[in-house]
Amino acid sequence: MPDWLIVRTFWDLTVTGLALGSIYALVALGYTLVYGVLRLINFAHSEIFMVGTFSALIASTQLLNIPMLEDGNYPYRTGGTLVLFLVFILFAAMFISGVGAVALERIAYRPLRGNGDAFGAIVLAFLTSFVIGLIFVNETKANLIIACVGTAPISYSYLRFFKKGKKAPRLAFLISAIGASTAIAEAVGIWGPNRREQYQTPRILEKKVLFNALGTDVRVDYVIVIVGALLMMTALTLFVNKTKLGRGVRAVAQDAETARILGVNVDLIIVVTFALGGVMAGGAAMLFTMVYDQSRFNIGFILGVKSFTAAVLGGIGNLKGALLGGFMLGLVENYGSALFGGQWKDVIAFVVLLVVLMVRPTGILGESLGRARV
Amino acid sequence: MSQLSNLWTRFLSLNTDVQVRWKSMSRVQRLSGYVLAVLALYLAPWWPKIPGIGWLVNTPGTQFSTVLNDQVIIFVLVALGLNVVVGLAGLLDLGYVGFYAVGAYVVGVLTSQHASLPWIVALPIAVVVSMLVGVILGTPTLRLRGDYLAIVTLGFGEIIRISAKNLDWLGASRGISDIGKPPSIGPLKFGVLDPKPYYWLGLTLVFLVVFCLYRLEESRVGRAWTAIREDEDAAELMGVNTFKFKLWAFAIGAAVGGLAGAHYAGKVGFISPDNFPLQLSILFLAAVVLGGSGNMAGAILGGIMVAWLPERFRNFTDKRVLVFGIALVLVMVFRPEGLLPRRVRTKSPMKPASDGQEVTQ
Repeated sequence: MPDWLIVRTFWDLTVTGLALGSIYALVALGYTLVYGVLRLINFAHSEIFMVGTFSALIASTQLLNIPMLEDGNYPYRTGGTLVLFLVFILFAAMFISGVGAVALERIAYRPLRGNGDAFGAIVLAFLTSFVIGLIFVNETKANLIIACVGTAPISYSYLRFFKKGKKAPRLAFLISAIGASTAIAEAVGIWGPNRREQYQTPRILEKKVLFNALGTDVRVDYVIVIVGALLMMTALTLFVNKTKLGRGVRAVAQDAETARILGVNVDLIIVVTFALGGVMAGGAAMLFTMVYDQSRFNIGFILGVKSFTAAVLGGIGNLKGALLGGFMLGLVENYGSALFGGQWKDVIAFVVLLVVLMVRPTGILGESLGRARV
Repeated sequence: MSQLSNLWTRFLSLNTDVQVRWKSMSRVQRLSGYVLAVLALYLAPWWPKIPGIGWLVNTPGTQFSTVLNDQVIIFVLVALGLNVVVGLAGLLDLGYVGFYAVGAYVVGVLTSQHASLPWIVALPIAVVVSMLVGVILGTPTLRLRGDYLAIVTLGFGEIIRISAKNLDWLGASRGISDIGKPPSIGPLKFGVLDPKPYYWLGLTLVFLVVFCLYRLEESRVGRAWTAIREDEDAAELMGVNTFKFKLWAFAIGAAVGGLAGAHYAGKVGFISPDNFPLQLSILFLAAVVLGGSGNMAGAILGGIMVAWLPERFRNFTDKRVLVFGIALVLVMVFRPEGLLPRRVRTKSPMKPASDGQEVTQ
């Protein structure tokens, strides 16, 4: 009887669901922040998460020189070394994801808002001449040379085009985001050392049982994920509520035009928003690799869709909503899989979303980044 | 690129010149022009054989007429249908592949899995069922705001795919094989080897859909859609029943998607859930926006480009998808309204024509 399964493993499912939900929630924060400020579904945010998992991988294997296996065992670390290593990997992933998110905004969104800058022009010009080169020759080194040569003249004409400053319709942003998302995932799939195969990340944390509650063994990595996510989220909430930049974020979310008139540097605030979202996604990525020990070039897509679902479930534009939606989605997926079978996991998630939106069209907590205290 | 963009604008204005001259032609001249154009389209499978310009359209590595049917026709049909939803009514649908899958599966179930109706009978049923599914999905969701609709439709696409994958009644992950083919008429044999009859059938469907949609667009319904897209609240205040017309747009879009799916199933004869990934929805949307959402010619152009370009540039091989992503960003940065933007209605639409008359007088 499947009903027994859910009863028997209820607390197990709760713990794993909360852990998965924390990751959803952290990624959902990025969607919520950007949506609140720009009214844009940042489709490429999932790839920022993917880049974060790879940053964590590179930080642990290349910078910290951790091997996959030590004498046939996992390369476990203990005590202070472990904490130091974990924090280092976390910061590396956060940093790279944050930088990635800001770069993404400069390249794929800012030109559409009508104030593209030199950085965006140069990168876009590089990509253009890379694509043009591909028509003639398909060999990475030659293509790179062609791309570099072509960058200068093309970026000059791009910059002149940017000066005209026309604002694009909303759908264009979404398509640009989809394009950027595809391109980033594919680039990792093409040039990563394992190409499109799965990557293993070294397991430095021994996943032993921390304590036993309600008949369930709670593993240490789950505790770290949940506590870590809650800490990061508290930090973000404090930042948005208490700092000057955070006030700017709320002001722009409320009304960008008025904020500009009142002296808020809207472009700076948008950069800050993307950076915050990227940092959260990086944190989520590190926690993800810690629990699941793996990554892949296309890992972001489904997780991104789920996280966006979580953001909508809780009420998009609402930081607490992202948290609630993430936890709820993680739990619902786990309980649902136990009830109906794992293959129906995604269907259950979307049906719950549909039902919630029918009862509460703006999500459980409503939209609020700008309107009220977060 | 700015020069390139200028060139394109000049090309578009040249287009207007051609239009002016076109309007000043006599009826007979215009009619023969239409006939020639239609004939040229039906003869498209032989285009690569034209000396001089044939290499331009040829698709190395794949048979040109297969690409014409399996990719170009399907994408054009789907882009036309999605254009009604996204371009005309302004509803963001990220799960359009769901309707496409419904059309294909209805044909699969009715001609092979559970019954053995002929394809030609299953086709209208598929269209109607897709339309009904559109209404069923649309009724609760169309009251939601735009971006919520996006995620709900995206979920719908996944629900359809996962259901097809897990329900034995729909063939589960094995899929459905031996799907019925369109009936052969005289020399037109809808077999396995020759894709040309399917292309001609598909092209006929495209013409049919274009005609119907054109009539709709020019009617009260079309004007209501435009009003909703431009400003939903204002439209509501002016007495447009926004919900009803949004539901119509959704249903008609779904019907065209189902038609495309049914045509696809009839051609390939085998469908499985893997034929309908979520990414396909995104390609469909990209086709509409790339070409110019809200403009039927733009949607057709976008469909052709998204389908044909990757096949034409096969030598990119593994970098095709990467190039596609980069191209999407570039087009959106430099032509955010799409390659063929929607024509904005001016106060006196007949002005160029009267200028032309003055010249002739």
